Amino acid sequence: MDKKRVTELKIIANKIRKNALTAVYSASSGHPGGSLSIADVLSVLYFEVMNVDPKNPKAEDRDRFVLSKGHCAPALYGTLAERGFFPVEDCKTFRRADSYLQGHPDMKGVPGVDMSTGSLGQGICAANGMALAGKIDNKDYRVYSILGDGELEEGQVWEAAMFAAHYNLDNLTAIVDFNGLQIDGDITKVMNPLPIDEKFKAFNWNVIVTDAHDPEALYNALNEAKATKGKPSVIIMKSVKGKGVSFMENQAGWHGSAPNEEQYNQAIAELDAQIKELEVEA
Amino acid sequence: MGKIATREAYGLALAEFGEKYDIVVLDADLSKSTKTDTFKKKFPERFFNAGIAEASMMTTAAGLATCGKTVFASSFAMFAAGRAFEQVRNSIGYPNLNVKIGATHAGISVGEDGASHQCLEDIGIMRTIPNMTIINPADATEAILAVEAAIKHQGPVYLRFGRLAVPELFDRATYKFELGKGVELEAGTDATIVATGLMVPEALEAKKILAEEGINARVINIHTIKPIDKDILIKAAKETGAIVTAEEHNVIGGLGSAVAEVLCENLPVPMRRVGTQDKFGKSGKPAILLEEYGLTAKNIAENVKEVIKLKK
Repeated sequence: MDKKRVTELKIIANKIRKNALTAVYSASSGHPGGSLSIADVLSVLYFEVMNVDPKNPKAEDRDRFVLSKGHCAPALYGTLAERGFFPVEDCKTFRRADSYLQGHPDMKGVPGVDMSTGSLGQGICAANGMALAGKIDNKDYRVYSILGDGELEEGQVWEAAMFAAHYNLDNLTAIVDFNGLQIDGDITKVMNPLPIDEKFKAFNWNVIVTDAHDPEALYNALNEAKATKGKPSVIIMKSVKGKGVSFMENQAGWHGSAPNEEQYNQAIAELDAQIKELEVEA
Repeated sequence: MGKIATREAYGLALAEFGEKYDIVVLDADLSKSTKTDTFKKKFPERFFNAGIAEASMMTTAAGLATCGKTVFASSFAMFAAGRAFEQVRNSIGYPNLNVKIGATHAGISVGEDGASHQCLEDIGIMRTIPNMTIINPADATEAILAVEAAIKHQGPVYLRFGRLAVPELFDRATYKFELGKGVELEAGTDATIVATGLMVPEALEAKKILAEEGINARVINIHTIKPIDKDILIKAAKETGAIVTAEEHNVIGGLGSAVAEVLCENLPVPMRRVGTQDKFGKSGKPAILLEEYGLTAKNIAENVKEVIKLKK
C-alpha cells in the first residue's frame, strides 16, 4: 500500500470518528470509546478491502460485515454514511424515535447493515452462518466481524470459535478490538479474557496480531487472513479506546457516555486538526 | 389407526421436502432424538451439527437465513425455546429471519427424563416474540403439513413436536392444513373444547364421555397458536357460551392464555384451562404423568361440566 493511500485511509478514519461523535452527541447517548477504537479498521475494510456497493446494498455476492460489538453502531453508521449508503447528515438523527438509525445495528432499517446485533456474542455466530452459506453455495464472498475484547467473556463467542474451525470457515475473518477496557473497567480485572491469541490458537484458528491504528498493518493482516486456507482467521488488533480524542483515550468512562457541547466541540476540533495535518502530508 | 410421534413425522417431512425445497438443517447433537438424522442421511451436504451449543446454532441459523437460506434449527423444546430464548428473540425474531425452529420433546410426555427436560413454558416464551409464528401439531399428518407450511411462510416459525407416539387423527390425502386457521373437528352447542397437540385426541374422547351424559360439546383443534384464529373462537363463544382449553403446557402463557386473551377482549364467556397447573413435571411413564397432571379426556369432561354450570 503506498503512503498516499495510507494517509487517505487515516483521513477517512478520522471522518468516521467525527460522524460517530456527532451521532453520540446528537443523541446525548451511545458508545464513543469503542467506536473510536475501530474507526481505522472500518476505514480499511469499507474503503480498501470489502466488495460492497452502496447502490446495491443487498447484492448477493457482496462481502458481509457483522458488528458483533453492536454498541459501536455510531462507528458503523459513520462508515456507511461516509461510503455513501446514506447521507452523512443522517448521523445526527441517531437514536431518535423518528430515525432509522437505531441505537444498535438494525439490518431491516439501515442500508448496508448485514445483521442486527447488540446482544454480545451473537454477531460472530451470525457471521459463521453467512460464511457457511458461502461455502454451501460456492461463493467467493468473505465475511468480517468485529468483536470487543470484553465480548470474549461471553461463552457464545467460544461456541462460535469452535464452529468456525470445525467447518473450516476460511472465508471468515474475525477482528478483536483489543483496547483493554470494558464498562466496569480493565478487562483483566473485570473478567480476564487473556491470553486472547493462545485461546484462538487452541481453538484451531489462524491468529494475526497487529496495530489497530496502522492502516497498512491492518491491510496486510486482512490480506494474510484472506490467503490463509482451511481455517478461520482472527486479527487481534491492539487498540486505544477513545483513539483520536485526547481526553477520551484509555478512559473506561467513555465506553457509554456522550460528550457535552464543550467536549464535543473540543473533540471535533482535535479530529479536524488531525485531518488537516494528514491532508498536508497527502 | 396407528400411533406415531410428531417428532418422527418431523424427520420424515424434512427428508421429503428436502427434495422439493432448498432447506438447510442444523441440530445440536440430538439428531437421533429430534429425527433430523432422517434428513442428514439423505442430504448430508445440507445438514450441519452445531454440537451441544444451542445459542450458537440459533444465531448461525440466523446468519444462514440472511443469505437467503430457509433454515431448520432443531433441539429439544427446553433448549430451543429456553436456553436459546435470547438468541431467538434478538437474532431471529427481531430481524424477522427465515428460521424454522424444530422443537421436539415438548411437554410432560417426555416421560422418564423428568422435569429438567419437560418443557411446559415454550409456547408462552415464544408467544411473546413479535414476528414469531407457533405451530403445535396434533398428529403426524398435521406435523408434516406444518413443516411444509413453515417452509412456505416467510419469517420465523416455532414448531412444537412431541416424543411420545400419538394417535393418527388425520388422513394426509384429504386433510387441509391452513396456517392460522383453527379446525372444528366436531360440532356441538353446549360448550367448546379448544385443544392443541396431543390433547386433541383427548378432547375428542371427552366429547364421547360428555355425549353419554347428554352434553353436546364442540371440539376445535388449534394447531397454529400464533397467530391464533380469533374468528373460530369468538364464534364458538357466541354459539356455545362456554370454553375449555386443553394443552400439554403450563396454563400460564400457553393456549389457555391465548384463548382467554381473545375472549376477554371480544366476547367473555365462562372458561376453564386444562393443562399443567404451574408445576414442574417429574420422571415417570408418559401415560402415568399425563394422568397425574390431569391431561386426560376425563379431566377435560369434568371441566366442561363445571364450566357449563357457570353459563348464564
